[in-house]
Amino acid sequence: MITKRIIPCLDVKDGNVVKGMNFTGLKQVASPVELAKYYSANGADELVFYDITASSDGRKIFTDILRETASQVFIPLTVGGGINSLADFDRVLKCGADKVSVNSGAIKNPDLVGEAAKLYGDQCVVLSVDIKRVNGKFTVFAKGGRENTGMDAIEWIKRCVDNGAGEVVVNSIDTDGVKQGFDLEMLAAVGEVVQVPIIASGGAGKIEDFITLFKKLPKVDAGLAASIFHFGEVKIQDLKKAMTAEGIPSRV
Amino acid sequence: MLAIVDYGVGNLFSLQCSLKKIGEIPVVTGKSEELAKADRIILPGVGAFGDAAAKLRQSGLDKVLKDLTAKGKPLLGICLGMQLLFDKSYEYGEHEGLGLIKGAIRPIADVVPKDLKIPHMGWNALHFVKPHPLFKYLKENDCVYFVHSYHGTDCAETMLATAEYGAELTAAVGQKNVMGCQFHPEKSGEVGLNILRAFCEMKAGKLC
Repeated sequence: MITKRIIPCLDVKDGNVVKGMNFTGLKQVASPVELAKYYSANGADELVFYDITASSDGRKIFTDILRETASQVFIPLTVGGGINSLADFDRVLKCGADKVSVNSGAIKNPDLVGEAAKLYGDQCVVLSVDIKRVNGKFTVFAKGGRENTGMDAIEWIKRCVDNGAGEVVVNSIDTDGVKQGFDLEMLAAVGEVVQVPIIASGGAGKIEDFITLFKKLPKVDAGLAASIFHFGEVKIQDLKKAMTAEGIPSRV
Repeated sequence: MLAIVDYGVGNLFSLQCSLKKIGEIPVVTGKSEELAKADRIILPGVGAFGDAAAKLRQSGLDKVLKDLTAKGKPLLGICLGMQLLFDKSYEYGEHEGLGLIKGAIRPIADVVPKDLKIPHMGWNALHFVKPHPLFKYLKENDCVYFVHSYHGTDCAETMLATAEYGAELTAAVGQKNVMGCQFHPEKSGEVGLNILRAFCEMKAGKLC
């Protein structure tokens, strides 16, 4: 049976890996290439590289790092951040990305998901959504969680999946950085409407949070986290062992 | 020397890097004389079967590959490259393949239960049907990375390995010096590199 994936996320700015708390207060962790090699050798099933630079210089550094990583790490790589056009898809796919994650770019240009899916296949297009409750409603936020779009998150996800998004990263702003567990309520709501793989993001603080996620929500395919892996609070190999002991299919 | 068949299908960056990692410098080529010089050949591919098969035929590479494999040259098809080895495929119509492996490519939806997601994407365990030198460094249940919605059928004689996804899916096939993996060895970590290593040790007439 297909295994549940554990995915460390590397936010890269000016050539370094950083992790914010509630999207602000950036702190440096380590070299992206070294961290990627470490994760690949220690049980990560996939890596997400997120480009959080704004400048074109930064973009060049990011692309170089991506190419370097892809030439040394042989597990699937998903790349996101600053993906606004088919040219951006092309740029990162040529550097070794297997999947491309779109977030604000899809909000600005709702045709992007469909066009990219036609060109590169559904499996290549990952929709990433930052979601926050506003008056009790799951609402899409853009620009790294800073801008309320007013859009209903469930409707937005349905629409993008219909257009060809092959996978959805559900990032709960409400639980991000809080380390009290994934946003099960939000993930369950998404699971009810889509048939493509769902990646849970935001809120993991310990091994048990992943166990609870996969046990309570069998429709969730993967758990994504950053700082708890970067700082060694959760070691992926320990997490995999715990999953196996709980009967959750995992690659050990 | 190892050659990767270049027929304008798919991104070869990861495959080239993974081969370099194990000390092999591949030549990427669509020229018959270079393929003839190679000790072994990899047929890659992503995308739709019909397009890819047409490109192989238009470039005459279908005949080149049939001739070279008939002389015993090891050939490894990966993902769509594996599917192209088969007689035919029913992906969006009916398309003729290279006919190097008996059988047909059909949707996994024919056998996978409705509640499971398609494509079959992610890491899944290999179950070996019979021993083969391609997998000499692997063990039962080693996981590899899959992304596909179609698979080989009617190929019991050449089946080397399966993966379980609510049904038995064809993961690898082999017939003498012609072999194919439905999964991506170049994305399957150390296990995948070990498959490529084993392939790079094969010689015409001597697979192990």
